[in-house]
Amino acid sequence: MRRVVITGQGTINALGHDAKTTLDAMSNGVCGIGELEFQNVDRLNVKIGGQIKDYKADDFFNRQEIGLYDPFTQFALISAKEAISQSGLEFTEELATHTGVILGTAGGGLTTQDENYRTVYEDGKNRVHPFVVPRLMNNAAASHVSMIYGLNGPTFTVASACASSNHAMGQAYHMIRSGMSDVMITGGSESMLCFGGIKAWEGLRVMSKDGCRPFCATRNGMVQGEGAAVFVFEEYEHAKARGATILAELIGFAMTSDAADIVMPSQKGAASAIRRALRDANVSPENVGYVNAHGTATTANDKTECAAIREALGAAADDVMISSTKAMHGHLIGGTGGVELLATIAAVNDGMIAPTINHNKIDPECDLDVVPNTARQEKVDVAISNAFAFGGLNAVLAVRKV
Amino acid sequence: MSVEDKIIAIVAEQAFLEPSDVTSSSTLEELGVDSMALVECIFAIEEEFDIQVPFNANDPKASSFDISSIQSITQAVEGLITAQKA
Repeated sequence: MRRVVITGQGTINALGHDAKTTLDAMSNGVCGIGELEFQNVDRLNVKIGGQIKDYKADDFFNRQEIGLYDPFTQFALISAKEAISQSGLEFTEELATHTGVILGTAGGGLTTQDENYRTVYEDGKNRVHPFVVPRLMNNAAASHVSMIYGLNGPTFTVASACASSNHAMGQAYHMIRSGMSDVMITGGSESMLCFGGIKAWEGLRVMSKDGCRPFCATRNGMVQGEGAAVFVFEEYEHAKARGATILAELIGFAMTSDAADIVMPSQKGAASAIRRALRDANVSPENVGYVNAHGTATTANDKTECAAIREALGAAADDVMISSTKAMHGHLIGGTGGVELLATIAAVNDGMIAPTINHNKIDPECDLDVVPNTARQEKVDVAISNAFAFGGLNAVLAVRKV
Repeated sequence: MSVEDKIIAIVAEQAFLEPSDVTSSSTLEELGVDSMALVECIFAIEEEFDIQVPFNANDPKASSFDISSIQSITQAVEGLITAQKA
């Protein structure tokens, strides 16, 4: 099987408008969560989120483009541009034939739907903008990336709620590994911070009104974020031949389904995904130095995830560092695995272990080294990134420094 | 229907029981109301009485809204009606 390496990364999220700013913020334990600002926010019970501030679409796109791009597409395009530029790839006709785009999203153009439902239902108008459908469709972001760079390879969108990005990147990994593609543009994007997006989540009663505190005994729910992270995955020999800077190698991926409950997580399903990812990567639990946790800060996820990590890693769990960066950037739902892979790569590439901020009281049910509050500098051989979605869908990626 | 009767009807529906099987002292646990059904009960109560119930599924016990029994829920709902309709 062919080896797969990461040669570019890009992002825009509450912590920064590019990868460097985001990683600097993570290493400084910056919290990007604050008061939400959008129409009708006063009617919400949950008024906080990891919203991208100081963002003007006009700075990146012209009026015609904005007419076609929902924010989730805008975020994906900004991230893809940074990643592709960093990779230094030039898409010749030959390479473009063997390059595809697989992006994750859960809500797709939810903001577009929200705005247009308001137009027809609340404002009583009988006409909507002609591009509502191409803006809201879940594959819009992947298609626009493909169009802008002229990429003709396998391109589609994966939707598996909070595991969308990891599932998407897992597919991209498999395509290069198997020989179907030489390069894949992959990651995820989400823009759910609008009235309808948050109102729906409020209904489930799992959101925190005062902050995201993963693994902390005082945690009381998740906080949403928004944004995207996109990567360039490339076949190892291809990257080596052109002298590309390799950020990390993707060495394993696994996915499982709990087949149990539509919202409650399962220790068995999560542990099995972690175990299989390590087996796929051909590494033992002792090799794993860092786990970027799903860590949503709900009562159920965090204790179940800690138990699953213990089950999968055995005695090695006592020595592994785990952290949830969601406390800083919020839960990007379908885009979250992308932003979290940035932290996972930084662990093996630079030894920067992003902290779990807002941690002020140990929870005996989360008895692992959760890297509370302050980032660390440690050499890490292998790191994994967990994503466990509603619907019981688990997807785990494993990376190593080349 | 009294507040309690309405709450019994709501909880009974979620627990797949007849209202006659639910009494004032019944606890949600013994009625087999799981976390999903509980969230649906809270929603139905909010709709029925047009009130806002402070409830976070992450920590049901932390809320001032006591869900331990039909009686405690009834008292809490009556309190919220008074407070929020005043």
